[in-house]
Amino acid sequence: MFTDTATIIWKESREFLTVRPSLRGGWAGLLIILAVFGVMFPLQSGLDWLNAPTTILIWAWLPFILVNSVIADSFAGERERHTLETLLASRLSDKSILIGKMCSAIIYGWGITLVGILVSLITINISNWSGEIHFFPPLIGLSVFILSFLVAWLAAGLGVLVSLRASSVRQAQQTLSVAFLVLFIPLLLLPLLPSELQVTFQNALIGVDLQMVISTATLTLLLIDLVLLLIASRRFQRADLIIAGN
Amino acid sequence: MNEFAIRTKQLGRNFGQITALEDLSIQIPVGSVFGFLGPNGAGKTTTIRLLLGLLEPTRGRARVLGHDIQKEAAQIRAQCGALLEHNGIYERLSAENNLEFYGRVWRIPTQERQARIKELLTNLDLWERRKEPVNKWSRGMKQKLAMARALFHRPKLLFLDEPTAGLDPAAAARLRDDLEKLVQFEGVTVFLNTHNLAEAERLCQQIGIIRKGELVGIGSPGELRAQTGKPQVIITGKNFSSQVISDLKARPGVAAVDQYNNRLTIHLEDAIETAPLISYLVISGVEVEEVTKSQSTLEEVFLTLVNEDEESMENLDVH
Repeated sequence: MFTDTATIIWKESREFLTVRPSLRGGWAGLLIILAVFGVMFPLQSGLDWLNAPTTILIWAWLPFILVNSVIADSFAGERERHTLETLLASRLSDKSILIGKMCSAIIYGWGITLVGILVSLITINISNWSGEIHFFPPLIGLSVFILSFLVAWLAAGLGVLVSLRASSVRQAQQTLSVAFLVLFIPLLLLPLLPSELQVTFQNALIGVDLQMVISTATLTLLLIDLVLLLIASRRFQRADLIIAGN
Repeated sequence: MNEFAIRTKQLGRNFGQITALEDLSIQIPVGSVFGFLGPNGAGKTTTIRLLLGLLEPTRGRARVLGHDIQKEAAQIRAQCGALLEHNGIYERLSAENNLEFYGRVWRIPTQERQARIKELLTNLDLWERRKEPVNKWSRGMKQKLAMARALFHRPKLLFLDEPTAGLDPAAAARLRDDLEKLVQFEGVTVFLNTHNLAEAERLCQQIGIIRKGELVGIGSPGELRAQTGKPQVIITGKNFSSQVISDLKARPGVAAVDQYNNRLTIHLEDAIETAPLISYLVISGVEVEEVTKSQSTLEEVFLTLVNEDEESMENLDVH
């Protein structure tokens, strides 16, 4: 199964990196993302960029956006371009196709996030050079690494579920945009809360055990990711995919 | 070893209230070409999907290359090649990458894969353009590439859904030659969905005619003509008067008479003696230049079988 999954990743990577129209014009977009997250924010925040717990949220949010931008195409795109049935008529197993598609999106989203982290580390070290290398504290570094991966997986799982049933890429993208808003509206609304509530919230955050919060978030995300993978495996029915394409 | 590449018994598939395929029972010998003819929406594509295990049958059963379509679909797909309704080409990838991908899918070792890509693309005159994204190509070129993909792993059984659609006559003829060679030298079995009757007549040892999901005729082209088609006499000559034509129509055993310029076609109800007909024409002053006796064409057989059911339904409505 590993070889077959790698074959799907090979094909998807060719489409992501060389010819996907949303990315052809999107190389500039990727550079902007790297410039903002890898250079601008670290320069503004200084060493806090490495030490503040909010950095975990930022690096966990980025892969969600990146995976979301490509995952809608995974099955809906193949259906729209009439390549899905030929793929399903090949010897590839259901699991290798599904996991291959998810892994491609995860590698893309998480990979760019890791590049962003590396660029930000270089920026911080150049701008704050004091003769020694600055790095994330172990807990934050490990959290950034693991949570960004789990969030990429979450986005891939949600995206694949939507893309499996969507009749077009546009429909899948619209559904995923709604999901994105539902997930992130609470964060966006936070600054709009009355100031007393915001202070209470911040005090509550200061009092929490960061290690405990991260462990809970990691386990919760892992559980959700596994459930999504299970649901996607169950929903991947060749007959349904073919009938949905007619 | 199995004698038959495909065996189906009362295979059927419904989509809700609609019956897409009804009680299909066929046997296709290994190393033969089976042509499946029928109008659009007759159930040809559904049949291929069922045989590849892409759809579950509603009733009946089938074995493909000895494997049950419901329980062993993966084994079936592993041994088959398919060019389906849509060519399935990744248009934003190059021809080389399309074949490279499917070569990896079929787990062909790297060196052999590279050699096979070169061999197939060279044979199809596509080698020089292998690096171009396929979306810049003509429909015929894409169809050729799709055919190369279907043949890439040298499958035992090939499902082809309108393979020559969109090809220019020369390319279509080459493809037919290649198919004939595949069957002759490599023992490949071909299940061919086609609208092209001449193609079916030339390539197929056995033909099934399907209408509204129901198999209305099956046999070799000759058998189908003998079962369904009526003999006819074609006379080339001069002086076909309307009196002569109406006299001919009134004679026993004559089903119909058509005249087109210097050509008279007498459709017979049975294989009756034709000499008295010719003698009558000569006596009546017709200058006969050439007489040809023939069976109906496959097209006529097809139209008869496909329209028969419709006519009987219309008659039912009348009565």
